Amino acid sequence: MGEQTKRLALVASKGTLDQAYPPLILASTAAAMGWEVGIFFTFYGLDLLHKERLEHLQVSPIGNPAMPPPIPAIPMLKVPNFLGALPGMTAMATTMMKGWMARAKIPPIKELLDLCIEADVQLFACATTMGVMGITQEDLIPQAQCAGATTFLDYAAAADVTLFI
Amino acid sequence: MAETVKATQSLDCRGLLCPLPIIKLSKAIKGIQVGEVLEMLATDPGSVPDVKAFQAQTGHEILASEQEGGVYRFLVKRTK
Repeated sequence: MGEQTKRLALVASKGTLDQAYPPLILASTAAAMGWEVGIFFTFYGLDLLHKERLEHLQVSPIGNPAMPPPIPAIPMLKVPNFLGALPGMTAMATTMMKGWMARAKIPPIKELLDLCIEADVQLFACATTMGVMGITQEDLIPQAQCAGATTFLDYAAAADVTLFI
Repeated sequence: MAETVKATQSLDCRGLLCPLPIIKLSKAIKGIQVGEVLEMLATDPGSVPDVKAFQAQTGHEILASEQEGGVYRFLVKRTK
């Protein structure tokens, strides 16, 4: 590197299983390259730092036309959207996605988060979201630091890469 | 040229996808001495540009990057 350490500042705003991977994959990779990394978890994204909810992230088939077709050979044949509303369909889609990830040997969310913690990634918990949703510091993993937008912007102002996810 | 270089350690990342190969590479590089060489095996085609980018970002030098039968083999030297 030689010059100054690079910095990555991410906003993680989504709390679904599929959207939990990108910020954690980018953060752990950047940290592996020696970058400083901070993630601001806001709105539903805060669930990624929530001790209990972290283990129960889900992906919904409703309103999600990107869900893969049941028969790969017929890509235009999708599961009709209304079927997604049946009881158990969200759990099924979640189980399916976890299966793909496990088969591809992608670590589960909790492990990716642990990789980030081990690599000293700063985990900012949006103070406003905590207030709005009634979430306290005790509900979050101990590495979560309660912070407002100002703290994140101050951190991001010195970043080389910033992304909103 | 590559064959004259001796790797101190070998890292097997076959069957793994991003981000694991680079995270394991980063850890393994820290486990060898400056000037020593690490051999890494991978099957993810994305690891070819990724290892190059790792070199660009960290300065650790790729001495060899080759492919044989669907397996990519890299020799990476720890430079600092």
